[in-house]
Amino acid sequence: MPGSAEPLLAARGVSVYFPVGSQLAARIRHEERLLRAVDGVDLEIGRGEVLALVGESGSGKSTLALALAGLRPVDRGEIRFDGRALPANRSRADRRRIQMVFQDPYSSLNPRLTVGGMLGELLRVHHVVPRSQVEAFSTELLTLVGLSESDLSAYPRQFSGGQRQRVAIARALALRPDVLVADEPVSALDVSVQATILNLLRDLRGELGLTLLLISHNLAVVRHLCDRVAVMYLGRIVEVAPTEQLFSAPRHPYTQGLLAAIPRLTDSADYGGAPAVAGDPPSPLRIPAGCRFRTRCPMAQPRCEQEDPALSASPDDPGHLAACHFAFGPVAAAVGELQKKEQP
Amino acid sequence: MSDAIPDTVLEVRDLHVRIASRRGTVRAVDGVSFEVPRGEALGLVGESGSGKSMTLRAILGLLPPEAQVTSGQILLDGVDLVQLGRSDFNRIRGPKISMIFQEPMSALNPVMRVGRQIAEGPEVHLGYSRARAADRALELMRRVGIPDPERRFRAYPHEFSGGMRQRVMIAIALSCDPEIILCDEPTTALDVTIQDQILRLLARLCRESGVSLVFVTHDLPVVAQVCQHIAVMYGGQLVERGDVREVLLDPRHPYTLGLVRSAPDFEYVRESLVPIPGSPPSLITPPPGCRFHPRCAFVEEDCRVTDTPLRLLPGGRATACLHYERCLEAVAADRARP
Repeated sequence: MPGSAEPLLAARGVSVYFPVGSQLAARIRHEERLLRAVDGVDLEIGRGEVLALVGESGSGKSTLALALAGLRPVDRGEIRFDGRALPANRSRADRRRIQMVFQDPYSSLNPRLTVGGMLGELLRVHHVVPRSQVEAFSTELLTLVGLSESDLSAYPRQFSGGQRQRVAIARALALRPDVLVADEPVSALDVSVQATILNLLRDLRGELGLTLLLISHNLAVVRHLCDRVAVMYLGRIVEVAPTEQLFSAPRHPYTQGLLAAIPRLTDSADYGGAPAVAGDPPSPLRIPAGCRFRTRCPMAQPRCEQEDPALSASPDDPGHLAACHFAFGPVAAAVGELQKKEQP
Repeated sequence: MSDAIPDTVLEVRDLHVRIASRRGTVRAVDGVSFEVPRGEALGLVGESGSGKSMTLRAILGLLPPEAQVTSGQILLDGVDLVQLGRSDFNRIRGPKISMIFQEPMSALNPVMRVGRQIAEGPEVHLGYSRARAADRALELMRRVGIPDPERRFRAYPHEFSGGMRQRVMIAIALSCDPEIILCDEPTTALDVTIQDQILRLLARLCRESGVSLVFVTHDLPVVAQVCQHIAVMYGGQLVERGDVREVLLDPRHPYTLGLVRSAPDFEYVRESLVPIPGSPPSLITPPPGCRFHPRCAFVEEDCRVTDTPLRLLPGGRATACLHYERCLEAVAADRARP
């Protein structure tokens, strides 16, 4: 829960860089071109909490997820888990405790292993249960995600997209992890199937007390499932707040624009006017100086070009953080109100 | 919209498309009929495999070689496109009918400057000189909101962002002043803020220039924002048709109701989403009677045996459901819940 003593999983000043362009030229010039995919992120997830990480493509949300799950080394900062910093090379026991579900269930399952073979291998390698119980526990896992024992002998190709995603979730749960990191778990699925997977994740959370980090670009999905939301833009977290608060009173101008940009079933009469957020996001190779959002921000001031705003808490509410000079001033609140009126 | 006689640009009448496959003949489109009024937008909605993209390709004359229109008519300004030969079709695509695809990078020519790609249509179809076509391209680039068009004219597609590429596609689609533009999931590959920009642009163009749109997508809120009319497809058939807001807020077919209920809605948060059980039907051996009956919560005996063509309802709506009153009850029950 937000505000509890020690978060289960935390990122402290985490940065992940990718070198781009010719490595030879970089060595000659003594400077490397770096793509700062994640650029100094602080984020905490409490035990039993469902935290959403939202952002557009290129915002670094998937890279941050990979770093948290230990699938990608961090270049700066540290990842803390259960009260201690995790080393760069995690032990097998540490890796077990944070598991991942990927976006595309068509490419994330081994096509040449049956579901039973896949789960059995995991359970044996990690000694999750005694060998004699491997089959029984595999069946239990499948039941948990809504599949049946007979599916143990099936290959991934025999399943539909939604069923494959269930298998992927069963595989992640096989190691009895504390944290499940789900990177866009439903965006590759049809609408009617998405609902079954979202409901499954919500039920699992209730049954197993799972801590869940859900990465999504779809804010409607997030609102349905999560306790808190963190919004990412160009490698930084720009706003964090409890879900309802983020949706009803967003403070960062990017969050406000993102919310206004969502198509709605109940539509405003005059569609076709000015877009919610103008322009394209800048390339992460050329991050603007000062505030990163200023190039698209409707209320950018000269100050925003010079000072990089830090992620700081609202004076009224320590659980609501935003990285904007004016986030908790009267202007931001007024803009938020105005946008709410425009979008009834 | 309140004109005395609605002027129809495109009319599809009882369209059937069959695809030959190793396992048998796929009835991809099975008796689909709809019309698109001039200057308005129709959303064609359905899940993957519902036949919406095949319908679109049939209208464009771009069916894959193994697929064939077996019966039905596609009338564009009174001309039946099904009867057209290939060279006649080439004369129609561009000046009469044009398209916008989901993935602009694979629809654009990667080794041709963007400006020339926009100018190509007017040169070929309208007989413009090279200089005049270039002027036309610049004007279009301005209209679709590409900044600094004089410089961007000479750029290649890879130098553009995803949103800008889709604007180029829109400029190309508009270049010969078509009657109707067919859009196949034009914003699915884009981010939310960019999707918002593109949808607003399309809605504005539709209103200002009187061009009609057919919008294929699986995203109901997107249809609600851009379109006036909606047609819902399931298993190769239309199951419901009507005014977009009426259909989405007050569905008269259990499948439409299922789609609306299973989509997480931004406006109000439900305790639990209601998924549609089961999976879409095989189009090689579709179930008898109503194609949705194996997944339908309101199924009755007659649904399993009786064919269910679209029936007109008062107010210009149409449904294929024999027992659509059950949907009315379900919607009323949903509303009554706090």
